[in-house]
Amino acid sequence: MSTASTPKAPAYRTIFRDGLWDNNVAMGQMLGLCPLLAVTTSATNGLGMGMATLAVLMLTNTLVSLIRGIVTPQVRIPVFIVLIASVVTLVDMAINAWMHELYKVLGLFIALIVTNCAIFGRVEAFASKQPVLPAMADALAMGIGFTWVLVAIGAMREVLGSGTLFAHASLLLGDHFTWLEVTVIPDFSGILLSILPPGAFMALGFLIAIKRLIDRGIKARQERAALAGLVTQ
Amino acid sequence: MATILNPTYRSRLGYQAALLGGMCYLMSMLLIGGNTATHQLIDQHVLNDKLALLDQVMPHSLYDNDPVADSQVIQYRDLFKEPIEILPARLGNEFSGAALNLTVQGWGGPLNFIMAVDASGQVLGVRVINHKETPGLADKIELEKDDWITGFDGRSLSNTSHIQWAVKKDNGEFDQFTGATITPRALVSGVYRGLQCFQHWRQQAQAQTRAKEESGS
Repeated sequence: MSTASTPKAPAYRTIFRDGLWDNNVAMGQMLGLCPLLAVTTSATNGLGMGMATLAVLMLTNTLVSLIRGIVTPQVRIPVFIVLIASVVTLVDMAINAWMHELYKVLGLFIALIVTNCAIFGRVEAFASKQPVLPAMADALAMGIGFTWVLVAIGAMREVLGSGTLFAHASLLLGDHFTWLEVTVIPDFSGILLSILPPGAFMALGFLIAIKRLIDRGIKARQERAALAGLVTQ
Repeated sequence: MATILNPTYRSRLGYQAALLGGMCYLMSMLLIGGNTATHQLIDQHVLNDKLALLDQVMPHSLYDNDPVADSQVIQYRDLFKEPIEILPARLGNEFSGAALNLTVQGWGGPLNFIMAVDASGQVLGVRVINHKETPGLADKIELEKDDWITGFDGRSLSNTSHIQWAVKKDNGEFDQFTGATITPRALVSGVYRGLQCFQHWRQQAQAQTRAKEESGS
């Protein structure tokens, strides 16, 4: 936990591979499921939550990496919690004051980030042991990894539940992004279950199952390749 | 075990306490700074949001005062558990109506709505501000989804009797939704109780002005 045991920072390639797929926050580490299940009723909501989480994660990972030299293992947990809670509150106030339109859409999510143990997870598992640059790269990778899962689950639930995709995206991203708002199935009243909380569990379950299937496929191919290599020798 | 990177003073209690205390102090300072820098802007935004909502239920021609600045928070314990906010509207110096900011208990949680009443006690409009009702079933209370909420327009305590202030299932005047009775029921009862609050509040205000006039003459 302290600098005495600083392991060698992993390669940036590995950091991004871990964040986006192998050790993805939601599908690999299974962290941050509370905000994930709560807000993904639409792809836009997922994107908003993902971006807010990404911003907070970048800040906390950087700060913790900077102070990692003076924090002792015994008090690290309260120190990190104070830091994360303060950063989230500051971000909340800043967005409310200077980006109020965005706050109306994101406001609910920002407070929810405090409940996201993925933030603490990354701080504890990575930033408290690594230099600033790899810590920032890890935050970026994990944040993007979390965002794409949120958007994917949001999109699945939105298409099934209301027949649209990225509805109200222009409220979040500005008027330039009106083209994102698509009606996939016109005049569709939607499958209610998909919008309700059980729909979130199902969508996440399907996504994890698909990830496992793909991982198994890759592994099998690698084994076959290794075997073929042995035979030719 | 003391190394250059992990000196012994770090394991002392004093260092740990100072670290934690210092961190809390630093973060508090940051939060105070952040709050000072933003609270005026945030208050302004909250006010603007409220005015925008007011515009939806109360026509601009009805008032020339600042209803938000003149607002009162009053408690009517037998009607609403929480104190309610009343935003009075005046034209010239004449009372012309009021908007009430109310919260009732819906199916999924608190259901916050604003209703405007004119001087004669007729509902001008009702809008739901925020709610946690089931999407697809009970969110027809939003004007964007359904015009059900306009069914309150023009209603008053005198033109709709106590029994009629209920959903059709309870022998009242208002439609319920298929699969969702609790939400409309909560809203109908909320608007009804809101009108009663308005009536009490109005009578009190009138009694006060009368007392003032008498003491003045």
